[in-house]
Amino acid sequence: MLSKPPLILIALGLFLAVAIILATGMGFLAIAPLEVIQVLWAKARGVGLGADINPTFPFVVMEVRLPRILAAAIVGGGLAVAGAVFQAILLNPLADPYTLGVSSGAAFGASLALVLGILGITVSPLVSVPLFAFLGAMATLAAVFALAAPDGRLSSNTLILSGVIVAAILSAGIGFIKYLADEQVGVIIFWLMGSFVGKTWHDVALTTIFVLPGLLVMLYFARDLNVMALGGRTADTLGVDSRRVKKILLLCASLMTAICVSVSGIIGFVGLIVPHLLRLILGPDNRLLIPACFFGGAILLLTADTITRAWLPTELPIGVLTSLIGGPFFCYIFRKKQLGQRS
Amino acid sequence: MNTHVAPLFVVSKGCFAYRADNVLRDIDLCLAPGQFYGLIGPNGSGKTTLLDLLTATRSLHSGQIIFQGKALGDYSKKELATRIALVPQQFTMGFDFTVADLVLMGRYPYIHRFSNPSTRDLDLVDEAMAVMQIQALRHRLITNLSGGEKQRVVVARALAQDTEVLVLDEATANLDIHHTIEIMHVIRKLVRDQGRTVIAAIHDLNLAAAFCDQVIVLKEGRIFSVGPVAEVLTSQLIAEVFQVEAQVQAATPDHPPQIHYTLS
Repeated sequence: MLSKPPLILIALGLFLAVAIILATGMGFLAIAPLEVIQVLWAKARGVGLGADINPTFPFVVMEVRLPRILAAAIVGGGLAVAGAVFQAILLNPLADPYTLGVSSGAAFGASLALVLGILGITVSPLVSVPLFAFLGAMATLAAVFALAAPDGRLSSNTLILSGVIVAAILSAGIGFIKYLADEQVGVIIFWLMGSFVGKTWHDVALTTIFVLPGLLVMLYFARDLNVMALGGRTADTLGVDSRRVKKILLLCASLMTAICVSVSGIIGFVGLIVPHLLRLILGPDNRLLIPACFFGGAILLLTADTITRAWLPTELPIGVLTSLIGGPFFCYIFRKKQLGQRS
Repeated sequence: MNTHVAPLFVVSKGCFAYRADNVLRDIDLCLAPGQFYGLIGPNGSGKTTLLDLLTATRSLHSGQIIFQGKALGDYSKKELATRIALVPQQFTMGFDFTVADLVLMGRYPYIHRFSNPSTRDLDLVDEAMAVMQIQALRHRLITNLSGGEKQRVVVARALAQDTEVLVLDEATANLDIHHTIEIMHVIRKLVRDQGRTVIAAIHDLNLAAAFCDQVIVLKEGRIFSVGPVAEVLTSQLIAEVFQVEAQVQAATPDHPPQIHYTLS
């Protein structure tokens, strides 16, 4: 069953590497791809650069662009993988990382941190916003699990419904916070729209610490996820502890989502579109789909971020861009698939 | 029943309560290998719950189940998966797996997490598809199959699992009579030719009468009766358990017992 897949993954990985190098060269100060590679190579070996390269390039590449680009790639990959896993667990191809209310929790936390800053209560928003967003996301997840728990099997309907209920309460809470923020509500709104402006190596490290181990856990359980598509009862009689796998993977995917959202703000549709499209192309085998989603999500969000950063006359919040392009695109795919099934 | 053969399942004083509608009380049951057991009883009498207990997807609240001489709870999930397979009733699949992929999932307990299937695994998958006559569907997507085809795939998946015990939870309830009889014949043959044990929850009493060796009758969470079809399925039992009047026409060498309901 797994004969050609690695080839596709290698191709996607190469594509991502090329995209990272090209994107690093793009922007107000154009740097040729070859020069980007020279800078990276010199940094990796810890030696100085030849005299033929503009001395400001290393700073632009290493301190300005690369952290932002890598953060976008890792967040994109993380959201897409989390989406693939949520879809597989909830047996719903239309679920996404935000289905369980995780994003609303993060948004609530971040808004709270921002409004506390506005009211002059808290420390630097640079620390408090990601921290509060993360705590908000985790608290929401705990609440959703507690709501769904009486149904010992964590059925997907109960989970989705719990997520919707909690999200609705939180969005009312966010409304109240916006009201409190009064004239400075713009800060909150901008954060909610998502952006990678000013991301640092610190953000790259933070997301990597959560996303990569999460990805490995998901790959470990990928085959169990395939069997769980048969339904929990059948999966149990095939030797899968479906309740345990479900809990571990929900926690993993939610942690990944929480960390991504706390770093970048709300970025919609990546977690929905990437797994959905790749499943149409590669089939539903999670052993292939999950790693492919990581690369696919990284490429997509990196491209979108580069468009707003280097091409558009004014920088648009990336969450707005992904939703504006992703939404209609998704409608098109969805409609086409529906028509295809009917014939 | 042959008393020299060690029993397959022994349930003693089994009790289970989850919600008001699936309570089982004082279940004592001894199932022999190589038999086709039909599990009958009205809706809500606890058939599915009993099957869940036998497949260890739920555990008893009190009492115990011994399977092949060892407490059911002492088996690992993987071990049980190589001994007991389940064919569920409804099957909804939101993902586009191919028929071959799906049947191969029956080999899951035998294949290591990061390995590819062995030739034996693939042979058993082919064999299971041949038995269910779905080789032609091999590359079709499961989401594009008709109900009858889908259920044959599900049975093939359980056959590929190659277990001594096959548990069917109203596996043919959604099928037309042609597909129902076809599947029941295949199952019957497995019991007769390969000595496998089948425990099948069945709604249609005539179907149970035609294919099963023994019937287990459940009523309101208790075992009402267990025994050979001809002895247990009487008009008196049907009246008591199902509150339906019926005539039972005795079996002849050529025909299984037949139940005629009085519809008035």
